[in-house]
Amino acid sequence: MAKDIFVYIDHFQGEALPASWEAVGAARSLAESLGGDVAAILVGENVGDLAEQAIQYGADKALHVEDASLADFRPEPFSSIVAKIASDADVLLMPTSGRTRELAAMVGVDLDTGVIPDVIEMDTADGAIMAIRPIYAGKLLSKVTIPVNRPQILTLRSRAFPKPEPDSNRSGAVEGVEVEIEQPVTEVTGYGETEAGVSLSDAAVIVSGGRGTANNPDLEPPADITDEKEQEIWRAQQGFKLIGELADVLGGAVGASRAAVDAGYIPYSHQVGQTGKVVSPDLYIAAGISGAIQHLAGMRTAKTIVAINKDPDAPIFKLARFGVVGDLFDVLPPLTEELKNR
Amino acid sequence: MNIVVCVKQTPDTAATVTVEGGEVSWGDAPLVLNPWDEYAVEEALQIKEEHGGQVTALSLGPEDAQEALKQSLAMGCDQAILISDPAFAGLDTLQVSKVLAAAIEKVGDPDLVLFGRSSVDSDTGITGTQVARRLGFPSLILVSKVVSLDPAGGKIEVERMLEEGRQQVAGPLPAVLSVVKEINEPRYPSFMGIRKASKAEIPIWSGADLGISDDLSAAVHWPEIIAPPKIETEVEMIEGDTAEEKAKKLAQRLAEEKVI
Ligand SMILES: Cc1cc2nc3c(=O)[nH]c(=O)nc-3n(C[C@H](O)[C@H](O)[C@H](O)COP(=O)(O)OP(=O)(O)OC[C@H]3O[C@@H](n4cnc5c(N)ncnc54)[C@H](O)[C@@H]3O)c2cc1C
Ligand SMILES: Cc1cc2nc3c(=O)[nH]c(=O)nc-3n(C[C@H](O)[C@H](O)[C@H](O)COP(=O)(O)OP(=O)(O)OC[C@H]3O[C@@H](n4cnc5c(N)ncnc54)[C@H](O)[C@@H]3O)c2cc1C
Repeated sequence: MAKDIFVYIDHFQGEALPASWEAVGAARSLAESLGGDVAAILVGENVGDLAEQAIQYGADKALHVEDASLADFRPEPFSSIVAKIASDADVLLMPTSGRTRELAAMVGVDLDTGVIPDVIEMDTADGAIMAIRPIYAGKLLSKVTIPVNRPQILTLRSRAFPKPEPDSNRSGAVEGVEVEIEQPVTEVTGYGETEAGVSLSDAAVIVSGGRGTANNPDLEPPADITDEKEQEIWRAQQGFKLIGELADVLGGAVGASRAAVDAGYIPYSHQVGQTGKVVSPDLYIAAGISGAIQHLAGMRTAKTIVAINKDPDAPIFKLARFGVVGDLFDVLPPLTEELKNR
Repeated sequence: MNIVVCVKQTPDTAATVTVEGGEVSWGDAPLVLNPWDEYAVEEALQIKEEHGGQVTALSLGPEDAQEALKQSLAMGCDQAILISDPAFAGLDTLQVSKVLAAAIEKVGDPDLVLFGRSSVDSDTGITGTQVARRLGFPSLILVSKVVSLDPAGGKIEVERMLEEGRQQVAGPLPAVLSVVKEINEPRYPSFMGIRKASKAEIPIWSGADLGISDDLSAAVHWPEIIAPPKIETEVEMIEGDTAEEKAKKLAQRLAEEKVI
């Protein structure tokens, strides 16, 4: 009998990452070619609900390990648990996140097997998975496979695989698993402000601003801001306000170029590009961004790219589907208005 | 503090990389210290400046892969060691982490081992955590700030950047950290530093030096490198006399193409 295909469900503060369900969907497709059932793994303090959801999203069974010490993800105890549950598996899938990068890495060491991170496509040949993952920040792609060692551990990039529709009529076994839980050596001492709004990696729409957001000489900063640098930041914030309003109307997230981040216009967590986040939304609107190769590396796989730029020769227009030559301060407000009414 | 920083040599990120006959080419772009590792080296140097100690840069690569180590020395690392052996070519992170862990043990008694967040070429971002697992040290990745460091008490507290926001974590030393660019501003090597580095003889450690005698074979294979499908876009410029008119037309075209 074919072995189960395991999927680790990554979650944060009680909610599964959408990419966890995408991984369940991808596991279902694999089960069709490799055989076997899809088994979801849930580890945390209180994950019974998530286990039920995993069934609705397509798992045949859901194995969960619960303990108060597992409230915050820590790679060491979580990896030991997952390695025990999946020690016999052929395939272990996870969504890609900061947590699963550590989890996959450690389970790989524990089970002496390979890890393929950030997979965007999968196929099977001779019972092994042939995966495709971006290298050189997406400038190239590599086919990657784990011919002998098992399980094959793959983390799947957000939005690379379709998210299944949940079906509340699906049924499956939800089992608590008893395993020894080691005491974590690290302690989570706090969370900073979590960014409000949609996460960049999961967003279907992203509106991004660049250095151009500060280029609005007609706007007069308040009199109490006298420092030139502060005035520039204030100007850029007016630009990012327009960007945020458009993003809100589209239910999307706000991105930025590195130049905007480095100049202090917006926090680094918004940076898109080679040294920021790699995103793949349905719609990416770049306003006041020139289109440097390192920025393109982070968004080139967006389905539709719209560029708004003053300079008709800006390189960003080469990758865009739609281009508007114009000042973002003039174009964004009527665009937001127009889309509000649709 | 005994600090080890692991660095990789990579092509410059501005390079146009292409694939020709299955081989990656980056034209005449220079090979440099992996940009993320500059932050790791800088953090190591700042910690040393505050707490004293010594910083060792380690790199695994072919014999001529000295550039990243020279740059680390020029920035101020005390010593640099290249780990090189024909048997180490083409390894995956599972095996690279084994070799690096052995080299770190040979350097001896580290308090901190620093990594970049990922390499800009093969970009797996998992090597540091695997080294941590092998050494039995806690793994703290994506660190944006060292909140406190108490070498005598053997404790460290850091702030990390998760997708969801910032998180503070405390743990014991020795520990493995990977750093993101928010953590610091890497220094430029000084003139003296560059001179010193250019003269430095970088020792090379082989598998035998590390006591690695078993055959290392990669679990992960990468049989083919391909160019991404060309994105066939013909940009459609939205024309109009005023910004309002352009905005209206753009919204209309997005709706017609069912983008929104
Ligand atoms: C190792 C390395 C890693 C990097 N990683 C990244 C990364 O992850 N992400 C990233 O983005 N960059 C990255 N960069 C930086 C990159 O090379 C560019 O410098 C950066 O992307 C430029 O940002 P920008 O387009 O906002 O600014 P600029 O290049 O200055 O472009 C501003 C654009 O705004 C337009 N503009 C000005 N005013 C207006 C206005 N009022 N209305 C409309 N348009 C206007 C201008 O015509 C111009 O095209 C990296 C660089 C290096 C060396
Ligand atoms: C096309 C291609 C695809 C690959 N795909 C995979 C794969 O899917 N899975 C897999 O396990 N391996 C893969 N590898 C192998 C992997 O790239 C190497 O094992 C590499 O040495 C370490 O991985 P990395 O470059 O991804 O480093 P990362 O894990 O991204 O690097 C993180 C940090 O580790 C340190 N570091 C990394 N490499 C070295 C080094 N050589 N010396 C010193 N410090 C270092 C640096 O501090 C770096 O910032 C692939 C290689 C190629 C060429």
